[in-house]
Amino acid sequence: MNFVVPDFYPAAAEIFVAIMALVVMLASTFARGVRWLAYALTQFTLIAAAFVTIYTLKGDVSYTFSNLFIGDLLGDLLKLLIYFSMAIALLYGRGYLADRNIDKPEYYVLALLMTLGMMVMVTANHMLPLYIGLEMMSLGLYAMVAFDRDSARSTEAGMKYFVLGALASGLLLYGMSMIYGATGSLEFSGIANAVYHQAANKTVLLFGIVFLMAGISFKLGVVPFHMWVPDVYQGAPSAVTLIIATAPKLAAFAMAVRLLIWGLFDVAEQWQSMLMFVAVLSIILGNLAAIAQTNLKRMLAYSGISHMGFMLLGLLSGVVEGDRHYALNAYSSAMFYAVSYVIMSLASFGMIILLSRAGFEADSIDDFKGLNKRSPWFAAMMMFVMFSMAGIPFFIGFFAKLSVLQAVVAAGYLWIAIIAVVMSVIGAFYYLRVVKVMYFDPPVDPAPIHAPAELRVLLSANGLAIAALGLAPQALMSVCAYALLASL
Amino acid sequence: MEAMLQPVADLFGPAWPLVWTLVKIIAIIAPLMICVAYLTLAERKVIGYMQVRIGPNRVGPKGLLQPIADGVKLLLKEIVIPSGSSKGLFIVGPILALAPSLVAWAVVPFDDGLVLADVNAGLLFLLAVTSLEVYGVVVAGWASNSKYPFLGSMRAAAQMVSYEVSMGFALICVLLISASLNLSDIVVSQSSGRFADMGLGFLSWNWLPLLPMFVVYLISGIAETNRAPFDVVEGEAEVVAGHMVEYSGMTFALFFLAEYANMILVSILTSVLFLGGWLSPFGFLPDGFHWLALKTAAILFIFLWVRATFPRFRYDHIMRLGWKVFIPVTLVWVVVVAVWMMSPLSIWS
Amino acid sequence: MEFKTFVFYFLAVILVFAALRVITARNPVHAALYLVLAFFNASGIWLLLQAEFLAITLVMVYVGAVMVLFLFVVMMLDINLDRLRQGFWSYLPVGSLIGVLMAVEMAMVLGGRYFGLDAMPAPPDPQAGYSNTRELGRVLYTDYVYPFELASLVLLVAMVAAVALTLRKRKGTKYINPSEQVAVKREGRVELVKMPAEKD
Repeated sequence: MNFVVPDFYPAAAEIFVAIMALVVMLASTFARGVRWLAYALTQFTLIAAAFVTIYTLKGDVSYTFSNLFIGDLLGDLLKLLIYFSMAIALLYGRGYLADRNIDKPEYYVLALLMTLGMMVMVTANHMLPLYIGLEMMSLGLYAMVAFDRDSARSTEAGMKYFVLGALASGLLLYGMSMIYGATGSLEFSGIANAVYHQAANKTVLLFGIVFLMAGISFKLGVVPFHMWVPDVYQGAPSAVTLIIATAPKLAAFAMAVRLLIWGLFDVAEQWQSMLMFVAVLSIILGNLAAIAQTNLKRMLAYSGISHMGFMLLGLLSGVVEGDRHYALNAYSSAMFYAVSYVIMSLASFGMIILLSRAGFEADSIDDFKGLNKRSPWFAAMMMFVMFSMAGIPFFIGFFAKLSVLQAVVAAGYLWIAIIAVVMSVIGAFYYLRVVKVMYFDPPVDPAPIHAPAELRVLLSANGLAIAALGLAPQALMSVCAYALLASL
Repeated sequence: MEAMLQPVADLFGPAWPLVWTLVKIIAIIAPLMICVAYLTLAERKVIGYMQVRIGPNRVGPKGLLQPIADGVKLLLKEIVIPSGSSKGLFIVGPILALAPSLVAWAVVPFDDGLVLADVNAGLLFLLAVTSLEVYGVVVAGWASNSKYPFLGSMRAAAQMVSYEVSMGFALICVLLISASLNLSDIVVSQSSGRFADMGLGFLSWNWLPLLPMFVVYLISGIAETNRAPFDVVEGEAEVVAGHMVEYSGMTFALFFLAEYANMILVSILTSVLFLGGWLSPFGFLPDGFHWLALKTAAILFIFLWVRATFPRFRYDHIMRLGWKVFIPVTLVWVVVVAVWMMSPLSIWS
Repeated sequence: MEFKTFVFYFLAVILVFAALRVITARNPVHAALYLVLAFFNASGIWLLLQAEFLAITLVMVYVGAVMVLFLFVVMMLDINLDRLRQGFWSYLPVGSLIGVLMAVEMAMVLGGRYFGLDAMPAPPDPQAGYSNTRELGRVLYTDYVYPFELASLVLLVAMVAAVALTLRKRKGTKYINPSEQVAVKREGRVELVKMPAEKD
């Protein structure tokens, strides 16, 4: 038995976050009276983890833990984005949770462990850590959705999310076991090798991919596995909805990329056609169903479904009839889309939290009536977000849509591009309705907005970032492209 | 032995291994049942003398036939099945209670090489089988469709599951230092050491280095078998007789058999795991089965002694002891033992 | 038929029967007990495959602990079966259509064609002295130490989540803390007051 101690260096950030999660748990247990401790330690951990990640950043790809862990630029970049969005989401949500008396230290422990789960997902080089990271993230989320125990809606949403999520995990595991059966490997490079050498049984492999796709679709929340999205978004406390709609999308993107591109690139034609079905349906259904909503969180949920559909457009146009020329461009456009969606969703749910008070949820579109009269500045910020989500030029959302559409057209799927454009025009209706309500309707409640200063400042920065990145999207785009190029 | 049995083996042909195993099973079960019967007598006698009474002395010489009379009485009594009960499960309950306590004997080594099934994962097997005992109680309590049995079985389920955890950790310490899950190997590993070389074998057994675990295991064993002072399951002042309220005749007798068979099992396991099994305590005395029997009897006596001495625990105290005392202690001790083994001070090299 | 084959089919038939009864039993407690039976038979099949560690752990963890707690909860709940069955008939056509479709697809793929012994040969018989438990332990603590440690954190997440969701101080309960009652001192309850004798 010769056992070599693995190289811990590439996984330093994961180890740090894991230890800090335990520290936060114990510290808040033994200092129960200090209410800010868990929150402060969590923010410190996220920031420090970012420094650790940057410090251990390496240009080349490194493997450790007997090849179960992959350290590459893609993973590091996604990790940084995850810390960033988690830190902002926790900051936005803090006052909201305190108003509802659910800012327990456990919330922050779960948030940190969830972050760890996502980090494990983006750095997995093997089905096992991928699945375990997914479970860690999902379990934390299920609990956080149901965190407001006095609200029947929140509990119901948690229950629904949990049951459907468990089902999806089961499907995913089943798919993984089939792929293991076909290729004899759980490691992505091993799978890719078996597929490349045609050693894998194609029927079994396809069978596995179908189940895998079901699992990924559920986690991304796309049609036909989208049923949980509106209910959970609406039922969960807004601070938790904010978390669900942001960082986990990045992790799910990483999961899709690792499984499909690292593992199953040589059967891309097969999974691309499945993704096509999923993406087109999501764009259509998401945009049409969002029109009918009066609840803003529900509307954003449906819009999220369509956004994820758009993101998949990038993933499905990488390989055209065996030609891999477009792959890098297409995948980096998908990544750019995911990142810009996260930035937009942070701002949109942040606005809901901003308008909420103790005992009042600003989650109906009517609650935004006359926002311009109450606070012209934040009405403008909300307008930025809505314009960006609708894909109106020169906001970041426009360039995100543009780049995936370019990829789709380059891959020769003109009809998909036409559907997507038509649907985003239809979708612009409900985004613009919010803007109309803010500027042209009289306010229901003329009271000025009360919110902590840090929320106001950060939300303003977030809104301005949407506009600023729209003016100069090139930097972010090339970072995405570079990360993928260095890792592929 | 093999040669002697050859003619009989030829008689049965290919079915011989099966028949031979059955014979061995009977050779274990039959004496066990007799032991159970006389354990009940011993209990009444011991407690009697501790309370300055004489105990049963009417049936047979010095009351020695009392268990037989009890058995015959129970056999002849009518089995009453309550009309509102779940009939199938009502009968299955007592069977489920008795079966695991007999199955576990398959891996108990009586002497060097004298074991029914010499499996590699014997200790795991024991843990798994003893964890099934709770089903008899739970099923019986639910199937009776009555309040006291139900409450009693709920208590039993919670109590048994809780103490199983600390028992499991105690066993992990044992398997850490003997580096084997095979019970015979565990006994053999206790036969060497500094004291054994000096002829004082009993100081080399596991009980000394694992003293806290030995105590935890013994107390958990009492709790696991639902014996006094942990017998709130059938606490007569609170839930009359717990899960056994509705049972009569032979079905009741099965619960009784299961309880005493479990006591003997826990005692013999304590002897095997902590007290060196069949090993003799002094170098100049030969090893043998009689040592195991003696050790088991001594621990059984402790069981009875404890019952005669301590008042019944309150239920929340039982849970507190299990979760807040035993589990932390055992968890810490597992780490202590592991560190000890890796340190230069290790006595198991 | 070889003895092993007989045992396999014996266990498999009971397993399938028990699994079917889990979903068809009217009484949730019966369903849970059938699930216990199913676990038991599954563990028997694992034993046949010489995976004794997995088999015994299945019994120990699932049958010995998980299902006991499960039964505990199921027995305490008063489940209204009629309400649970509401809508069963209206969903049946869609559900059964999808179910049959999936079953057919699975049968097409999962038959002996792709997973038979000629497609996937059985591993060679282990040598003497092979211990499944030892091998699993060796791999778990060396090659797979990363997911192993992560799995412990997943359990921690579940634990924190369970405690955070269920531990609540409810208002208005008549909970009595016995140890406080026992610890009561005379001084806390009785006050001796010196009064001058009243004269009138």
